[in-house]
Amino acid sequence: MIRKLFDIIANNAVPAIFILISAFAIPLSGFSASYLIQELLTRIGRNSFLILSLLIPIMAGMGLNFGMVLGAMAGQIGLLLICDWGVVGIPGMVLACLIGTPIAIVLGIFCGHVLNRAKGREMVTSYILGFFINGVYQMVVLYLMGWVIPITNPNLLLSRGYGVRNAVSLMGIRGVLDNLVPTIITGTEGANQFLNINGAKSFLLLQIPCLEGSIRLPLGTFIVIALFCGFIVWFRKTKLGQDMRAIGQSQSVSDSAGIPVNRTRIIAIVISTVLACYGQIIYLQNMGTLNTYNSHDQAGMFSIAALLIGGASVSKANIMNVFVGVILFHLMFIVAPMAGKNLIGEAQIGEYFRVFVSYGIIALALVLHAWKRNREREAARRSLRGNKGGE
Amino acid sequence: MISKFIKNAGWPRIIIALFLLALFVTAPFVGVNIYTSFNNTLVRFGMNGVMVLAMIPMVQAGCGLNFGLPLGIIAGLLGATLSIELNTEILARLAGLGTQYKISWLTQEFITTYREPLGFASALIIAIPIAAILGWFYGKLLNRVKGDEMMIATYVGFSSVSFMCIAWLLLPYKHPTMVWGYAGRGLRTTISVEGYWLRILNDALSLKINEHLTIPTGMLIFFAVMALIVWIFMRTKTGTAMTAVGSNPEFARASGVNVDKMRTISVVMSTILGAVGIIVYEQSFGFIQLYMGPFYMALPAVASILLGGASVNKAGILNVIVGTFLFQGILTMTPSVFNSVFQTDMSEVIRLIVSNGMILYALTRKVRA
Repeated sequence: MIRKLFDIIANNAVPAIFILISAFAIPLSGFSASYLIQELLTRIGRNSFLILSLLIPIMAGMGLNFGMVLGAMAGQIGLLLICDWGVVGIPGMVLACLIGTPIAIVLGIFCGHVLNRAKGREMVTSYILGFFINGVYQMVVLYLMGWVIPITNPNLLLSRGYGVRNAVSLMGIRGVLDNLVPTIITGTEGANQFLNINGAKSFLLLQIPCLEGSIRLPLGTFIVIALFCGFIVWFRKTKLGQDMRAIGQSQSVSDSAGIPVNRTRIIAIVISTVLACYGQIIYLQNMGTLNTYNSHDQAGMFSIAALLIGGASVSKANIMNVFVGVILFHLMFIVAPMAGKNLIGEAQIGEYFRVFVSYGIIALALVLHAWKRNREREAARRSLRGNKGGE
Repeated sequence: MISKFIKNAGWPRIIIALFLLALFVTAPFVGVNIYTSFNNTLVRFGMNGVMVLAMIPMVQAGCGLNFGLPLGIIAGLLGATLSIELNTEILARLAGLGTQYKISWLTQEFITTYREPLGFASALIIAIPIAAILGWFYGKLLNRVKGDEMMIATYVGFSSVSFMCIAWLLLPYKHPTMVWGYAGRGLRTTISVEGYWLRILNDALSLKINEHLTIPTGMLIFFAVMALIVWIFMRTKTGTAMTAVGSNPEFARASGVNVDKMRTISVVMSTILGAVGIIVYEQSFGFIQLYMGPFYMALPAVASILLGGASVNKAGILNVIVGTFLFQGILTMTPSVFNSVFQTDMSEVIRLIVSNGMILYALTRKVRA
């Protein structure tokens, strides 16, 4: 009985802690509801795709794919090139995806091979692999671009003539997907103002009577995310998807059932890397600026933290976890600095607090998972000896 | 014979060693002073050696590479900052003890003369128990997550560093050289140790060979003593039991060794060495780096010991010495040589590729079951 209760708490500890923190922090921050909703909608659009890219390797039993930063880097290279060529708007984004895809596939295959050599410690290996490829990426972007790889736009290059600047403006593609179907949600009174200023035809207006102020909805991005969720649901039912789930259960059994284990694992990582590449492009079109040397680092850490906060574990994650995680994690992200400021008088504390929470939550989720797995292993061993459950 | 050597050492190590050799050979031709380079390599060797040494106990006990080194570093930082905060008080106490117990050599004069070494010793004495306590909890945690130690260690390190970011702001430090001037509270991001124990080991017994090369004898002796302690410890009964746990836990348990206890001891040792290591680093560097400073400090240490020939489950003193020398050699040589040849500093990128490539290589080796 007590063990069962313990299991329930252990299984949902992470989201529960988060709801608790948010419940304290939201009133402390003093933000209005419509501001919070606007921020949350923007962030769901910005981050969901990246987080969704983590699902497939988890399905294949490879744990959290810390190597998703490889895909993010591929996407950034695509974005840098379209910036240089001056391709803007949706064609620019599509072109960035087209450039990013082959790079992501190559990196994904490499990552898959490396992880197949490190079975049982995929996570730490993919994590270090992220750092390693980061070194290669920096070499390419900082030394080869503008020297070996032609970059002509002087706004991109450092003053010495080669190497890309630290911050690159993506004004050409900023918000193009978010505003593909411009949508505004507003209360009854606010509606007229948009009709007058912008003309009725340019906006899709949704009216919710009791809402104060107005909220922009990045509907274009939401449609892409919904399509992608559909893809994942469909993918789980395909032969390949089923193979991956089987491998996630037991590699040796799958192997004897004739599933090419190593090959399927590589495919899982390749899909994840390519999707992370698209995810990063969507993320950056919303942000509008590319931090050439940092954007991808943060993408990895925040996506993984968000997924775990949504209640996923290292071996089990679904689409629900992604959205719960995005909402809870970013809620904390928005309110923590203000709450810190109002509570102790220093916004810096809130900043550090959310960094601490991001790392702490990953640590906690990993510990809970390993702990649970070891306990199950112990229980299995005990049941083999014949005294079930007893000490 | 040669092919066997290559097989034992592994290609990455040979490539890196040849790369370093090439750097040393090229250096004089591109106008880089070989003595200065050698001097810097030696100093960096001494600075980082103890932190690399901290890898040995955990690797030997089968807990994997200690990516959680920042935890030990935090204990060291607490010791270092407290030794400065309480400097006057500690020295006054010592003088008091001298008169109370009639210790003839512990006079006021002695304390004034050896103010700096005593400050350094107090930093170590404060840091070690803190490290032992943190390490004990860390060890207990790692015992519960066998098989996933490295990933969890990484995140224990990260979360403890970010937790301490909050603590550095809130802890009631008062010393004017350490807190922010305008607010009067909250520790600064970098704190100078000048006037307390700056270069206390570097300058002890240092040998000036010529104007470019000074051998930091004191620091090297300190490293040698620490290495000797670890070497002797690994040969005591406890140390042997620890190695047994690392090589075959089932066998160790069957022969009556308490596996979890041995693992905890190894983690405590590793954490203490990390704490001592960062204090040695700071006295040479001249500054205590707080906040995000210790964040990535585990990676160079891990890469160094692997570069020296250690694997995920076997490491010795020789690996530490060879590895630290190679790794720090590359770090010192690349900026100077590359700057002269290409007029650009690629050291950061090379450091990333070499260190993480090395770790990756070690992680993908086949481990015997």
